[in-house]
Amino acid sequence: MIRSAGPLAALVVAGLVLGPLAALALAAQGRWALAPGDLAAIRFTLLQAAVSAALSCALAVPLARALARRRFRGRRLLVTLLGAPFLLPALVAVAGLLAVFGRSGLFSRLLAVAGLPFPGIYGQGGVILAHVFLNLPLVTRLLLQGWAEIPAERFRLAASLGLPAGTVNRLLETPMLRERLPGAFAAVFLICLTSFAVALTLGGGPRATTVELAIFQAIRFEGDLGRAALLGLVQVALTLPAALLARAVAAAAGFGAGLDRPLPPRPEAARPLLRLQDGLAIGSGAAFLVVPVAAVAVAGTPALAALPASVWAAALRSAGVAALAGMVALALALAWAAASGRGGLLRMTGYLPLAASPLVMGTGLFLIVLPLADPARLALPAAALVAAVLALPFGLRAVLPARDRAEADFGRLADSLGLAGGTRFRLVILPRIRRGLGLTAGLAAAFAAGDLGVVALFSDPGRPTLALELQRLMGAYRIEAAAGAALVLLALALGAFALFDRWGRRADA
Amino acid sequence: MLTLERVQLRQGDFALDADFTLPAGARAAVIGPSGAGKSTLLLAIAGLVPLTSGRILWQGRDLAPLEPGDRPLSILFQDQNLFPHLTVAQNVALGLGPRPDPGPAGQARVAAVLARVGLGGFGPRRPGTLSGGEQGRVALARTLLRARPLLLLDEPFAALGPALKAEMLELLAGLLDETGATLMMVTHDPADARAIAGQAILVAEGRAAAPVDVPAFFADPPAALRRYLG
Repeated sequence: MIRSAGPLAALVVAGLVLGPLAALALAAQGRWALAPGDLAAIRFTLLQAAVSAALSCALAVPLARALARRRFRGRRLLVTLLGAPFLLPALVAVAGLLAVFGRSGLFSRLLAVAGLPFPGIYGQGGVILAHVFLNLPLVTRLLLQGWAEIPAERFRLAASLGLPAGTVNRLLETPMLRERLPGAFAAVFLICLTSFAVALTLGGGPRATTVELAIFQAIRFEGDLGRAALLGLVQVALTLPAALLARAVAAAAGFGAGLDRPLPPRPEAARPLLRLQDGLAIGSGAAFLVVPVAAVAVAGTPALAALPASVWAAALRSAGVAALAGMVALALALAWAAASGRGGLLRMTGYLPLAASPLVMGTGLFLIVLPLADPARLALPAAALVAAVLALPFGLRAVLPARDRAEADFGRLADSLGLAGGTRFRLVILPRIRRGLGLTAGLAAAFAAGDLGVVALFSDPGRPTLALELQRLMGAYRIEAAAGAALVLLALALGAFALFDRWGRRADA
Repeated sequence: MLTLERVQLRQGDFALDADFTLPAGARAAVIGPSGAGKSTLLLAIAGLVPLTSGRILWQGRDLAPLEPGDRPLSILFQDQNLFPHLTVAQNVALGLGPRPDPGPAGQARVAAVLARVGLGGFGPRRPGTLSGGEQGRVALARTLLRARPLLLLDEPFAALGPALKAEMLELLAGLLDETGATLMMVTHDPADARAIAGQAILVAEGRAAAPVDVPAFFADPPAALRRYLG
């Protein structure tokens, strides 16, 4: 029985990723023409994703290089924080960026003091700014891993030969970057193609509408399911090639160790100019990433006492969605681990959700549910399900290798003791994969808490989640309440992740 | 003359003290049990491991202000002495300066030292296609171009078979005769010490002892060496 759990779960995941595509194709009803506005949306989607990815990569190189060759107090904390935007709900990031770069934000006031005009944060520039904010840390961690994987012996050899920084760069660093940057670019490109919350809050209008935003508008405002379906298929056609290129995405989450090794000898980096360059990179990078989140905390804390009751009710609902998503993801990951075969198809199915856009998945589910039940009543379970499926590939990156190691290390011992089936799984495998299971569930919970797309689509105006409520407050320019709600959402997402992750790390024997 | 002046090395539980001089032109074997700090001693002289206290001087000049690459020495590690993605010729050319592709004059010098170590025509190949012995020769060829007065060898021939090792030691002896460089070579094998070295430095029990003439060293081994040799 335990072995059939895997294929069953694979069917569920494949059904969730591919089923909506079938529903979309059916609903499109052979209308294969796009409106002129749709072409503009496709163009903008590709453009903003390409620019965001290029900027994230270009800025991550000096930051990762500086972090790789310097040791300083707080470095470990900064590297840990670089992992946080992966869990950070996009809406919280937007709230933070508005607090810094918005009309009355810190940055804009600095500009005003300097007599410079305020460029405005809504539209193309704002979408790209938010995407760089969310993805710069991801690329930095990915490159930092690349630096850590250059053998320390190579740097030692370079040092013993007295090679200057330029040569070390050309001999050791450039080949690594050439290998890593295309994957990083594709990963960010993919993430920016499918980031709905940023486009909804900062984009919009004829010049800054993404395909996902157009899908949402077609369903919510025009009730044009056929056009939404067609756009959904367009979105899939855009994401699929990027997903094939971006196998690095799951690795980019980079929760593994290895970023904290002792520094190899780097005498070539001792030049004052390089120290200055690295100091600037680390200082400005840390400020860019930390100040917006800190701004949310500073602006949100005083607002907590006066938050409307609706915010707390929404928070409770979001906590429920997060818990449900964590549980579902846990069950899925368990099923994958229990399928003892090394079947490539099963494994691949686990990574399938990387290619899915949450909004497209949600749209498909919406089309499937619509004839059967009131979508609004299913908004919360649907959001939990989608978040769990989306978190699965990232979690499996931790669970499956741990499972394989446990089999390799103790499989023969277990065989010799006659352990089989459920007992074997419980005694030999489970303790080893618990950490990965906790991580999977934690990611799903954080994703679910931060989800805006699915909930907004299914939308029950009477029973919003915290993310939806926050989006409303921001839309109504209720700045203080929005800051408070953003702070609660931040705490909820990080707290939900930490709770599951902690469970996984307990009993780490 | 290489002088180690009340040198102390500390890393967690590890401790090594050294206080001795080695005359210019000497050839010293560094011998002692594993983990005693033979490699660390060489890395410290090369500037790749920081001193806890004390000074290291060459011809009376303190090496502390010099970066590893600027010190009057070349070091060969146990392994990883070549960049795997550069050709043999490019690896050797790094002994001339920071450019893997020097001008025609540089190319000629690279070809000459490769021929000297018996690898004429190997220039375009990658290190991965070479045997262990050939890789060692490439690294030695690079030290010829660097032409530094002190050569530190951290068992770069340990993985070679007996015949190949004897061949490498012979080549090394010939090169030292030509350049007059001072040698410190870590080895596990007393036979290596007898074959190439005039002096022996015992590293054991937290101390690097002053160099002793090899015949006397083995005729009347110190207590720590006797325990090590068994």
